[in-house]
Amino acid sequence: MAQELRVGTSFASSVYENSYIVRREASYMRPHHEGQRGFIDLPRLSRLIPSLERRGYQVIGPRVRDGAIVYEPISQLEDLPAGWKDEQEAGHYRLTKGDGDALFGYTVGPQSWKKFLHPPELRLYELQRNENRFEIVNHSQPQKRYAFFGVRACEIAAIRVQDRVFTEDRFRDPHYASRRQAAFIVAVNCTQAAPTCFCASMQTGPRVTGGFDLAVTEVLQNEHHIFVIEAGTAAGQEVQRELDPSEVSPEVDRLADEAVERASVQSRRMDTTGIRELLYESFEHSRWDNVAGRCLSCANCTMVCPTCFCTTVEDVSDVSGDHAERWRKWDSCFTQSFSYIHGGSVRTSVRSRYRQWMTHKLASWIDQFGTSGCVGCGRCITWCPAGIDITEEARAIRANGATGQQNLKENPHGNA
Amino acid sequence: MLPTVEEVGHSTPLPDPMCPEGYRVESVSRETHDTFTLALQPLNGAASPGFAPGQFSMLYVFGVGELPISISGDPEQPSRLVYTVRSVGPATQALVSRQPGDWMGARGPFGTAWPLDAARGKDVLIVAGGIGLAPLRPAIYHILRHRDDYVRLIVLYGARSPGDLLYRKELAAWGRSPDTQVLTTVDYGGVNWRGRVGVVTTLFRHLRLHPDKTIAFVCGPEIMMRYVITELQENRGVPAGDVYLSMERNMKCGIGFCGHCQYGPYFICKDGPVFRYQRLRGWLGKHEL
Amino acid sequence: METLEPILAKHAFFEGLDAAYLKLLVGCASNVRFPAGSYIFRQGEEASHFYLMRQGRVALEIYAPHRPSIVVETLDGDDILGWSWLIPPYRWRFDARVVEATRAVALDGKCLRAKCEEDHDLGYELLKRFAHIVTERLQATRLQLLDVYASHG
Repeated sequence: MAQELRVGTSFASSVYENSYIVRREASYMRPHHEGQRGFIDLPRLSRLIPSLERRGYQVIGPRVRDGAIVYEPISQLEDLPAGWKDEQEAGHYRLTKGDGDALFGYTVGPQSWKKFLHPPELRLYELQRNENRFEIVNHSQPQKRYAFFGVRACEIAAIRVQDRVFTEDRFRDPHYASRRQAAFIVAVNCTQAAPTCFCASMQTGPRVTGGFDLAVTEVLQNEHHIFVIEAGTAAGQEVQRELDPSEVSPEVDRLADEAVERASVQSRRMDTTGIRELLYESFEHSRWDNVAGRCLSCANCTMVCPTCFCTTVEDVSDVSGDHAERWRKWDSCFTQSFSYIHGGSVRTSVRSRYRQWMTHKLASWIDQFGTSGCVGCGRCITWCPAGIDITEEARAIRANGATGQQNLKENPHGNA
Repeated sequence: MLPTVEEVGHSTPLPDPMCPEGYRVESVSRETHDTFTLALQPLNGAASPGFAPGQFSMLYVFGVGELPISISGDPEQPSRLVYTVRSVGPATQALVSRQPGDWMGARGPFGTAWPLDAARGKDVLIVAGGIGLAPLRPAIYHILRHRDDYVRLIVLYGARSPGDLLYRKELAAWGRSPDTQVLTTVDYGGVNWRGRVGVVTTLFRHLRLHPDKTIAFVCGPEIMMRYVITELQENRGVPAGDVYLSMERNMKCGIGFCGHCQYGPYFICKDGPVFRYQRLRGWLGKHEL
Repeated sequence: METLEPILAKHAFFEGLDAAYLKLLVGCASNVRFPAGSYIFRQGEEASHFYLMRQGRVALEIYAPHRPSIVVETLDGDDILGWSWLIPPYRWRFDARVVEATRAVALDGKCLRAKCEEDHDLGYELLKRFAHIVTERLQATRLQLLDVYASHG
């Protein structure tokens, strides 16, 4: 229930007139401990999953399925997509098997960790009617504790963005909070960037800088196939000890650094200078008409985006009428009925819905939660069937002033 | 303080703001041909949550669903929660077909309130259209109960037709209170109607306002609110900081998580529904916002 | 019996009007009363007066066969009733039915029209004021057309 807003007879109007209270950092934003760096080889890395399982975690990690790298339960290192590489561009995703052995030679696939922290379908509660009595069965405790193996810097940033939405604002979502509290994060430093990545310009990567229990950097050079491993919390340290890491030599350090440096060379970038004001002032920009001519309103971008959080609720009851359930499911602002009220939708045009998504992601999010909603992972670019590129759209809006009238010679197919 | 990992494994559920409390329908009374007022009482003598005028609850009908409904009752009678609901579709129809004794779920109250503290010492101008009078009624009750805290009370109320006017007896009674002016009008008169006909903005010409000592609370269809605000700002000189309105959008959760009620940078459920007009200037009237 | 000069002079509608013009208007003014249920004028009739309401309520109606007349607006307080006298073809566009017994000041529009033709400054002053009324009524009528309280869909 809305504990904070019980006002009784005192009308705390000044509270409501201010912008909402930002809650203190949740207790699970554990601080980053410096200096617990070591390196391990493949055999020692293979102890990691059993070590986590012994602690009661179900380990989730990347696997190949249906031509994509997805996040699913894994039980051994062999489950990881060793040697697989991804090819990503706007509207394009392919996996290829090289003859290398890299465990993490790819970037991010269509799924993100929100699949587990903010599940696509969740039963909120059940209601049982017994004659005149109604009983609510509250389901807010989670069933599993997850260890996420292979969390990239952009994904840690995305998790932190959702932390703010679900646990640091006016209300706390206990479903997210309990899953998040229980999660163990093994981060992986990227050693290559996909053409669709732009985390460097969003300042969310490629290097992992915090928010993890353990962080791993794969170094595959000459005959070395080792992993620099760093603990970020006491819990991580405990697990790291069981892996028996060796001391990192300056050469290994350098190789690891160089590997991550490679990932920071990115072909796409988002210019975030004044982007909030830019988008607020560009509400009637002609570019929205342009993108509306390409956007299918398919909602792929919102499904793959690791920060999109919109949901809907569904009430179901059985034939007897004695048992009802309330489910929460992912929703998308791209659907026609998302803004339905009083017999019609407010955002009937695709133009208005694309504008809503992009303006929320890059501008309104800042007012709402104090950060950008975008972490530069590039998934929306890769998985858009029309190949719409959010960095390109931002550039086009910036180039043409508040109404976009200057560049009238841009052809309607958007090939500026 | 979040529970530790160890506690989480137990069956103690965490408090979930999506989980309703149980209420019993105490009464259902008809206001107009399509509008009803429900009064709910908490089950088992539990304390009813208090509320501030302008706030809303998420009302749940078993197996049907939830709706955001403004609280329309007396804030100083917290033992029951009162809602005035207009039946416009299957969900609202389910609400208004409740019978006394039925079980209902409610979450809340949620949202921001009419700034009754900031209005002290001023003339309060209340402008309501249609069902918009319902979220304003608690504010009127408060003002009448604390009459000396306020100067004049002016209520302008417009509805579609005479049969759609809410709370007619109360409106008449309020109009008889000292320093209180109540003017009503309808868009469509009828054969026997001897009251005013014309949109609610036509009532302004009967007022003498002191713009620097007036605070306005406006609630009704969005178009109506825009016209009223134009009248207040351009013709009456009431500053944007002294005009408050109640906004509405699709809501699935009421607590800022489902994302549906976003209006520009604002969540209507958290940053509203009551907004100072100053905050919305530049957004109000934007197409497909 | 009081002269009508103070009543016209104090009325917001005539604010800023030259004293000489005000005197002219007073010369064309007279007190009138209408009982409830009567018609001050009917649609199509020649529009030769306009009225400053002082008390009562008047409904502007449009007649349609086989159904009750539709009231488009009511006027009360100190509203101005009638602008058709100033705009050709100088015929009333509505019926004006008295809802509550009404006292008003009637102004001879026919006479004023002639004077406006002679003195364009007077004409401009009156047209400015009536144009404002007409636009306000138009805005209000448009808002009424939107039927904002109906549930759509």
